[in-house]
Amino acid sequence: MTQAIPNSYRSGPDDTGHFGIFGGRFVAETLMPLILDLQKAYEDAKADPAFRKEMDGYLKAYVGRPSPLYFAERLTEHLGGAKIYLKREELNHTGSHKVNNVLGQIMVARRMGKKRIIAETGAGQHGVATATLCARFGLECIVYMGAVDVERQQPNVIRMEMLGAKVVPVQVGARTLKDAMNEAMRDWVTNVHDTFYCIGTVAGPHPYPMMVRDFQSIIGEETRVQMQEIEGRLPDSLIACIGGGSNAMGLFHPFLDDPSVDIYGVEAAGHGLTNLHAASIAGGRPGVLHGNRTYLLMDEDGQIQEGHSISAGLDYPGIGPEHSWLHTIGRVKYLSATDEEALAAFQLLSKLEGIIPALEPAHALAKVSELAPTLPKDHLMVVNLSGRGDKDVPQVGDILKGRQS
Amino acid sequence: MTTRIDTRFAELKAEGRAAFVTFVMAGDPDPATALEIVKALPKAGADIIEIGMPFTDPMADGPSIQAAGLRALQAGMTLRKTLQLVRDFRSSDNKTPIVLMGYYNPIYIYGVDKFLPDAKAAGVDGLIIVDLPPEEDAELCLPAIKAGLNFIRLATPTTDDKRLPAVLANTSGFVYYVSVTGITGSASADSSVVSTAVARIKRHTKLPVCVGFGIRTPEAAHDIARHANGAVVGTALIDALKGSLDADGKATAKTVGAVAELAAALAQGVHGAKQAAE
Repeated sequence: MTQAIPNSYRSGPDDTGHFGIFGGRFVAETLMPLILDLQKAYEDAKADPAFRKEMDGYLKAYVGRPSPLYFAERLTEHLGGAKIYLKREELNHTGSHKVNNVLGQIMVARRMGKKRIIAETGAGQHGVATATLCARFGLECIVYMGAVDVERQQPNVIRMEMLGAKVVPVQVGARTLKDAMNEAMRDWVTNVHDTFYCIGTVAGPHPYPMMVRDFQSIIGEETRVQMQEIEGRLPDSLIACIGGGSNAMGLFHPFLDDPSVDIYGVEAAGHGLTNLHAASIAGGRPGVLHGNRTYLLMDEDGQIQEGHSISAGLDYPGIGPEHSWLHTIGRVKYLSATDEEALAAFQLLSKLEGIIPALEPAHALAKVSELAPTLPKDHLMVVNLSGRGDKDVPQVGDILKGRQS
Repeated sequence: MTTRIDTRFAELKAEGRAAFVTFVMAGDPDPATALEIVKALPKAGADIIEIGMPFTDPMADGPSIQAAGLRALQAGMTLRKTLQLVRDFRSSDNKTPIVLMGYYNPIYIYGVDKFLPDAKAAGVDGLIIVDLPPEEDAELCLPAIKAGLNFIRLATPTTDDKRLPAVLANTSGFVYYVSVTGITGSASADSSVVSTAVARIKRHTKLPVCVGFGIRTPEAAHDIARHANGAVVGTALIDALKGSLDADGKATAKTVGAVAELAAALAQGVHGAKQAAE
């Protein structure tokens, strides 16, 4: 796949929602008029200073932004190389980066007069963020969640219910994130007249990948300013975990046109890339699912395969289309970390920094442990700490207990 | 270009009746039984046969058709074998139009350039691809028309008058009107609502309009057939098939008959209707 190198890496998508060959609008006709309405509503909102101002107000007072850029001194000492900074998205209200996007989409939904919000969720972080903002704005909220994920992320299920959302366990397929997304799309196609689908990642039909990226880009925008303030220059590298890839895209996008910044995305390698995993770029190829063309895990007949990861939030057989494009043109390097590596990093950060990370960013931290020691001490590396680990404490506790006995 | 679909609708028009369009899933519950079912449908009165191409993630389908696709995949069905099914059917029936219906990814992975001639050679007449709206026509629709296949588009209650011309522009064979916003197998629309919708579409096109989603009984099929050029039934046939399977989900001696019997009853409903539409 040869593609021309563009003048800017930040100009996509084109008018039809394509990043190179990726992206697009592969949806049923029933949804198409609504998607065109949404695109228009989003463009209007983006051009409206009042929208930006209202967003900024909630981001500051309700979400708690800006999130700190924190120098992880003991982790840096321990690894003995690059200077490691954590972008503390886990300190946001609701405990992850997901709220940045949900706030934006809920405000667009309000402009469109939609009163019923649906969402899919894997780890439950997007579901919790959606339930939270629906509570705040008095909107009906239905969250589709794979039955397996309902089981392994109980704390988040309880939170969503406390916030007044209805959590629907999805019993089809592997009963994880992909199946939750299928069910959400079925709900949407049925209730298209009054329902807004709040997608949790930089995937789905255009304009979602662009819109979610824009709402998450605040992560990278703040990082630029904060690093200038602390170190007086840009970081040398960025690293973030990738399921669908929204936290990564949010950190990366404002830096794509800075050639001095190396960028790494980390997919979930599960039991290993020759075994069960969720690394779409490392182990998949381009295909069409959930409204967009992107790298997907599938068999030779084009049937979608299940992802596997210890982390429910990365357990998805696809990736956002802009990541697929950044991979093919070589701007971002995509790596992968196994369940075991993520578990080790989860424990390391907890013990060295007093920060229990979610299992998702633990995948990024696992690669930091590999990369940082090979880099000079003046190399500035930013890791997106996209979520906190509270939701994973029962699951990781069980795994570690199982090993002792 | 005249396809078997065009010929069939011309015949039906001459007879003053509507088309009975059946949907079954390729390879459900196994490839051999599925072939027997498809072969039995024209005898039961099916005028056009839609054959589902199984896919793991059928986002516009309800539980019955989802399960049918998974049974087929578990029985080893692939797109290649679906084309073989059509070839086998064609060896004994060269008249009944066959429309393949499904999702884009298996075709994309098979390769559009290879799929279209293979499908044409196998005896396929048209395609309905749920996740390819007119905005993505360059992917498959335009090449399919070039290859001599009908590309049949879905129009829905959300397709307003402003959008209809875009939806109809590259549509041929017939227009499939999805009578409700929803997934396959959902509740049916009222026939008066359907008749208004069909009239609206007909103001924009000379193509036949077939109506589907939510038609389960001969009476409902009869009602729809009075107002449209065809009635599509899928979920009810698949439910009949499922009801005939053994405890392990395998075909029994009753399976082909169960589908054919219901199809025959539905065909009577459709064919008994005098067309109000023309």
